[in-house]
Amino acid sequence: MAYKVSRPNLTFAEKIYLPSVLAGLRITLGHLWRMLRGKTHVVMQYPEEKWDSHLPEYYRGAPTLVRDEHGRTRCVSCQLCEFICPPRAIRIKPGEIPAGDKFGKVEKYPAEFDIDMLRCIYCGLCQEVCPEQAIFLQKQYALTGTARTQLMHNKEKLLEMGGIKTGLVNKWNEKK
Amino acid sequence: MSPTLFWIFAAITLGFGAATLINRNPVASALSLAVSFLGLAALFTSLSATFIGIVQVLVYAGAVMVLFLFIIMLLDLKAEQRRQVRLSALIGGVVIAGLFASQVVLVLRHFPKGNHEFPPLSLPHPDAVNIGLTLFGHYNLPFQVIGVLILVASIGVVVLSKRELN
Amino acid sequence: MNAILQFLHPLIDPASIPFLLWTTLAKSIGLLCIVLVMVSYTVYAERRVSSLIQDRLGPNRTGFPLSLFGNLFGIKWRDWSPILGGLGQPIADAVKLLLKEEFTPAFVKKFYFWIAPGLGIGAAIVSLAVIPFGSKIWGVDMVIANIDIGPLFVFAISSLGVYGIVLAGWSSNSKYPFLGAVRSTSQLISYELSLGLSVVPLFMIVGKLNLVDLVSYQVQNGWMILPGITAAKPHLPGTLGSYLIIVPILISFIVFTIAMFAETNRLPFDLPEGETELVGGYHTEYSSLKFALFFLGEYTAMITGSSFIVTLFLGAWHFPGIPEGGAPSLAGLLLGFVNIGVFFVKVIAFLLFFIAIRWTLPRFRYDQLMKLGWIYFFEIALVNIFLTALILAFVP
Ligand code: SF4
Ligand code: SF4
Repeated sequence: MAYKVSRPNLTFAEKIYLPSVLAGLRITLGHLWRMLRGKTHVVMQYPEEKWDSHLPEYYRGAPTLVRDEHGRTRCVSCQLCEFICPPRAIRIKPGEIPAGDKFGKVEKYPAEFDIDMLRCIYCGLCQEVCPEQAIFLQKQYALTGTARTQLMHNKEKLLEMGGIKTGLVNKWNEKK
Repeated sequence: MSPTLFWIFAAITLGFGAATLINRNPVASALSLAVSFLGLAALFTSLSATFIGIVQVLVYAGAVMVLFLFIIMLLDLKAEQRRQVRLSALIGGVVIAGLFASQVVLVLRHFPKGNHEFPPLSLPHPDAVNIGLTLFGHYNLPFQVIGVLILVASIGVVVLSKRELN
Repeated sequence: MNAILQFLHPLIDPASIPFLLWTTLAKSIGLLCIVLVMVSYTVYAERRVSSLIQDRLGPNRTGFPLSLFGNLFGIKWRDWSPILGGLGQPIADAVKLLLKEEFTPAFVKKFYFWIAPGLGIGAAIVSLAVIPFGSKIWGVDMVIANIDIGPLFVFAISSLGVYGIVLAGWSSNSKYPFLGAVRSTSQLISYELSLGLSVVPLFMIVGKLNLVDLVSYQVQNGWMILPGITAAKPHLPGTLGSYLIIVPILISFIVFTIAMFAETNRLPFDLPEGETELVGGYHTEYSSLKFALFFLGEYTAMITGSSFIVTLFLGAWHFPGIPEGGAPSLAGLLLGFVNIGVFFVKVIAFLLFFIAIRWTLPRFRYDQLMKLGWIYFFEIALVNIFLTALILAFVP
């Protein structure tokens, strides 16, 4: 079905178009002039000024592994994150904690834990799925490297980036 | 005028003119035509007929451009390149061209003024002014008539092509 | 070389040929240097002004890090890059374009594919030859070729530039460049008409078809579009005709400027490229240096166009209060350079206008563009010629 679109009735000034060109120029040049006088502040000069302090709590930066207040790597190597990770960025090699160890009850720990940051899409599913509150997407967002291997974060790197996180549920302590 | 340059530009004009005919590829052919016109324009310029030289480029460059677009849009380039030359047509063409050339040579040989060297023109006005004065002064009526004629032709084209739509 | 000059000027005195030769060579090289530097900085200005208009900052990082030279020449070079921020961008851009992979698709028609980029930029540069970019320096006219049919020359050469576009589109042998080329060609051919017709009134008024004569007319009687203020001797209570004639001049200025926007593929007429929507256009298959040639060719055409407008309507190198240079003395020499400077300042102002318009107007639809060219501008330019003739003939 054909629709009849009603066209606006243009005045002569609108038809010859030149006045609106001038009006448009006034707007563009106005912006230029305000910018030149330094009246507009909308751009952040990135490496010098950063928006780190404005980052919200829920900001999803790079995934990291955290330790608890006793210095234990919270990850128990359940590999749920490895399974859920959509781009399969995570590789975990579980290791066993010997029975006599201080944290012997936990039984498993990640012997190797790699995240390929060239694959990671910062989706946060690993953080959401983790039953141990061991992996968190924190606020590091500026990851650069000069080689591919530099963006393969291994366990040490992940723990270093994660640091210690307190105030979480420490279920293994009660069972001790 | 330096004869060397005359020969160079004459060679360009004639060479690319020949290339226009010989080239199998219509696009290459059209481009050769354009280069040939450029050579011709240079020859006109050397005769102090700058106006004609430039108009040569201006008008024919545009014309060849349109020709060019027609070639691209309407011709089947591949078929054009595969087309065979029939021997009879070739021989016939060469004979006719030869006859024509010999006639030109014969006429020129018996035309004594063709051997004179002309002194360079020194005109009171630039040549554009001269052409304007001649066209709009002496030949004013024929010029207007031709103008009307072309106008009629172009209106005719519009009318004919419009009727087809309805 | 002598032969060429004698070829071009058959009536010339052979003794003056070496002088003519050297000055022409110097003028050509000088103009080329100025224009090429201007081209690269026009690209930079385009990016910078665009971003300022859009409340951004634009490229402001690539300064000239003079500190790289260390202690060269015994001078401790300061790092000026924060101050000259961004001024090194054209160099960085050029290096980037040069180092990119030169990729020629296998299906293109090689020969035409290679000559096409040169044609566009070549045409734009050659047209500059007839534009008087200064008054005189030491008695030498600051125009490379003072021919009697300057504007026709510009139009003829720029009509050759269309070949670059259509050859690029055709030889790329794929559909998007081809459609782009057909689109551009019809646009350029359509607007060439109004471009040519709209300058006719000027030459009817001056009575000569020579750009240098046009400029000296403007020096005497004031710029074409501002005759009263800028004349050498303001003869303000002028005749009725001298006021009326401004109307056709203004009309032809507007038509010419708009047609020039269309000829140089600038917004609002940038359908040949349509950077965002129309898949590039005729240069889709080009990369690296060949693309750079197209890109710079476009900006060269912009500069040529602005110089042409400045010469025709804005008094070329003339500015009220600055006398004509050219006398063989130090003052004359300096004034000559000042005249050249005035010309290029005007050109730059016009280039900035080009850029500002880009962010002001949306692109026209293709049918609107054609309608505008053929139905409005063509007719307006034609009627304008009659109007000028009537005023010149019947109003004293
Ligand atoms: S954030 Fe998403 S993509 Fe990245 S490691 Fe976690 S689950 Fe994988
Ligand atoms: S990080 Fe969490 S989800 Fe992943 S293996 Fe360790 S405990 Fe399991």
